[in-house]
Amino acid sequence: MPELTSTNSARALRAIVMKGDFRQGNSTDAVCGVVPELYVEPADEAELAKVLEYANSAGIQVVPRGRGTKLDWGAAPQVIDLMISTAKLTSILEHAPGDMTITVEAGVTIAQIQHALAPHRQRLALDPLWPHEATVGGVIAANDSGTLRVRYGGVRDLIIGVTVVLPDGTIAKSGGKVVKNVAGYDLPKLMSGALGTLGIITRAVFRLHPVPGSSRTLTFQFIDRETANQFILAVTDSTAVPTGLQMRTEASGMIEVDVRIDGIAAGIAAQSDAVCKLAGGANLIESERDPWLTREQLWNADDSVSIFKLSMLPAQLSSTAEFIREALSANAEWTLLMQSTGLAWLRADAVDCAQIAEFISALRSFLAPTGGTVVLLKAPSALREKVNAWGDAGNALPLMKRIKEQFDPRGILNCGRFVGGI
Amino acid sequence: MNATFIQSLRSLVGEALITSREELRTYECDGLTNFRVVPLAVALPTTVEQVRAVVQLCAQERVAFVARGSGTGLSGGALPVEGGIVIGLARLNRIIEVDIPNARVVVEPGVINAAVTQRVAPFGYFYAPDPSSQSVCTIGGNVAENSGGAHCLKYGFTTTHVLGLEVVLPDGSLVQLGGTTLDMPGYDLPGVFVGSEGTLGVTTKVTLRIVKRPEVVQTLLAAFDSTNSAGAAVSDIIASGILPAAIEMMDNLAIQAAEAAVHAGYPNCGGLLLVELDGPSAEVEALMAQVKERCLKHHASEIRVAQSEAERMVIWKGRKAAFAAMGRISPNYIVQDGVIPRTALPQVMEEIERLSIVAGLRVANVFHAGDGNLHPLVLYDRRIEGQEHDAEQLSGEILKLCVRVGGSITGEHGVGQEKKMFMSEMFAEPDLQTMQLVRCAFDPDHLSNPGKVFPRTPLCAEKQGHHVTHPLEISGEAQFF
Repeated sequence: MPELTSTNSARALRAIVMKGDFRQGNSTDAVCGVVPELYVEPADEAELAKVLEYANSAGIQVVPRGRGTKLDWGAAPQVIDLMISTAKLTSILEHAPGDMTITVEAGVTIAQIQHALAPHRQRLALDPLWPHEATVGGVIAANDSGTLRVRYGGVRDLIIGVTVVLPDGTIAKSGGKVVKNVAGYDLPKLMSGALGTLGIITRAVFRLHPVPGSSRTLTFQFIDRETANQFILAVTDSTAVPTGLQMRTEASGMIEVDVRIDGIAAGIAAQSDAVCKLAGGANLIESERDPWLTREQLWNADDSVSIFKLSMLPAQLSSTAEFIREALSANAEWTLLMQSTGLAWLRADAVDCAQIAEFISALRSFLAPTGGTVVLLKAPSALREKVNAWGDAGNALPLMKRIKEQFDPRGILNCGRFVGGI
Repeated sequence: MNATFIQSLRSLVGEALITSREELRTYECDGLTNFRVVPLAVALPTTVEQVRAVVQLCAQERVAFVARGSGTGLSGGALPVEGGIVIGLARLNRIIEVDIPNARVVVEPGVINAAVTQRVAPFGYFYAPDPSSQSVCTIGGNVAENSGGAHCLKYGFTTTHVLGLEVVLPDGSLVQLGGTTLDMPGYDLPGVFVGSEGTLGVTTKVTLRIVKRPEVVQTLLAAFDSTNSAGAAVSDIIASGILPAAIEMMDNLAIQAAEAAVHAGYPNCGGLLLVELDGPSAEVEALMAQVKERCLKHHASEIRVAQSEAERMVIWKGRKAAFAAMGRISPNYIVQDGVIPRTALPQVMEEIERLSIVAGLRVANVFHAGDGNLHPLVLYDRRIEGQEHDAEQLSGEILKLCVRVGGSITGEHGVGQEKKMFMSEMFAEPDLQTMQLVRCAFDPDHLSNPGKVFPRTPLCAEKQGHHVTHPLEISGEAQFF
């Protein structure tokens, strides 16, 4: 391990970090290729607050980190003076089974939560990417939600309380431990998807749901995307209550739709029948792999691919897929996972960065009139230089900047990485 | 200054301006009638441009404004501010767009909550948040208060159903928060704005999500000898993994009042449960059998499942009329809105009863039992000297009790004017100051519904720089942080 530099910051932090870990940053900490100068893993919330307060007073640039699974989402940082990790904040503080709530520290992984809840037949109804590595803080900051979104909502709908450390060292909580609560501003929602630009999340409280008795997944094969989209809309418009509903499609022409029904056996049977009727002539097939892991599998690729998160109206899935096919087919392999909620993830495999940049701009123009968006999650650095990771932030950007200024007046947290250069 | 200001207002909204003292009194309070302030004027704009112009004028002249829908709020959120104006949004009441395939509806803030469901019902959809006042309250008010209702246990609150908002900020600028699709890039501003009780600006357009009507709905009434055994049944139902659409509870006093008012045919008992399940029929049938079983296990003396939609409506009518029904058994009442962890119910009920005896005042209890949202109704007679004060004290004690057991001072009514001093029971000073950072970003001059929600008004730092002590800080009227 390289010697710790003896800069002022290093000396000051050495005096602050008494219980946690402190070292020189290295290449494994890199964010979009930028290696942090220093790396701290505070032992607890209080130590984290002191470290952040110091960073603020010294005006050094901080990037917060959980376990680093989604650190490259958003724009690349210019410089990282200090990386502050929540990896040591790993306590499950309180699970109240009768009240169906859980209070955890930010470094707890999603899998740890589910493991603790399993004996009570409860779960956090959120299935983000890489649950064994993804921490609560990271999932909240990156606003990652998975297949369960259609039934249970996203992070914003499940989080009921949050504690954040502000740059000046203030430890502030909002929300609470009860599901229904309108006292004060809803900062848990403000922190959801804020990419760590307002404060470092140290604790969160979530509402829980029962684990369903049983579950069945139906996969249908379609020959055209328009029919597949119509089927998805028909399921949404029916009295069936799926807990997962997605279309998988790719350059090869494969078009499959997965429907997951949870509940008691009798209910699943009746709903499955109804869903099959809606599928018309589409083939019901046995899926070889778990189709609900498809989103995660998009990332099983080398560093030349780019991955985007799209948001559109549910009725636009097929027209968007067709737009992508026409724009990309000649140039690249691509894979698209589209949820009935209108959220979608697109992977475009190695092509010329200039072409991809042009494609993203065209896709943004295609989706903009109906309010759709495209956000860059993973990309080779050459592409990052050509594409704005977030796209147009709309006319609330000045307001967002004022919020940033209020929370982080010296501009030390994840600067330049969020929407509109925030 | 007032005369010129009013003249300027009139030039913006024409005849849609109320200035006569008699007419202004209609707006002196909202659903919480023990706070009253007569506003300087009431503007009733009919277009977004007018709302914007009025706010701009207020910003320019530093006049406070309070947005108001139907005025059904129960925490004094729409209480006018001394020397300020009220912007009544009831005339902005168009349903602008109905998009069934995408399950979205765009409405103006003055649209009545129930009108949204009415409009989409022919397509088999409904708008899920259902506050008891839904036949009169507006979507704009619901957005301000993050209104809930009996069915939010399963379907979520207003905030769950708001995708986007068009808002006039307190400086008069018009911005879009969120949009038509999920996860718009940037901060979740609809998440912050919904429930901000009018302190961050004025909503002029709301994009709502609507929900497909379930295949079947079944409603069960179960009579228990006490709220404790009813509460035990609730815990048991939830623990078994059932998520009902609603679970409501009423104690004997509330039952008596509701019966007197609407003759819902409720059994006379110590604790009445109303459990509603909805969803695919096979699922509901099986789960309702389990619910019955669990009620019997906790010694329900009578169980009744509504046999028709009409019967179901009567059951709900009694529950939804419960507040107003208090007029049958008491000249005056204060309704509270505390929330507790569901498992604390027996302990809290016992303590409420003790407090009630000590105060010598009756307390009727109506709860959204599924999510621990209590609505204790403290009954009193204003004509008896000191009793109103005692009732306020008692209801304050109940709120503190809710916080002590890990709950909240408000589940759906909002903090408003009424409970702002109780915010400090629930939150420490750094928590409140952090929330105020949001306020400073939206409304640095405190023109939008000032003085509500928070116990103190902060002064907002414009930018980093040399600190100059504000005159209000010196006089002790406000504080900097």
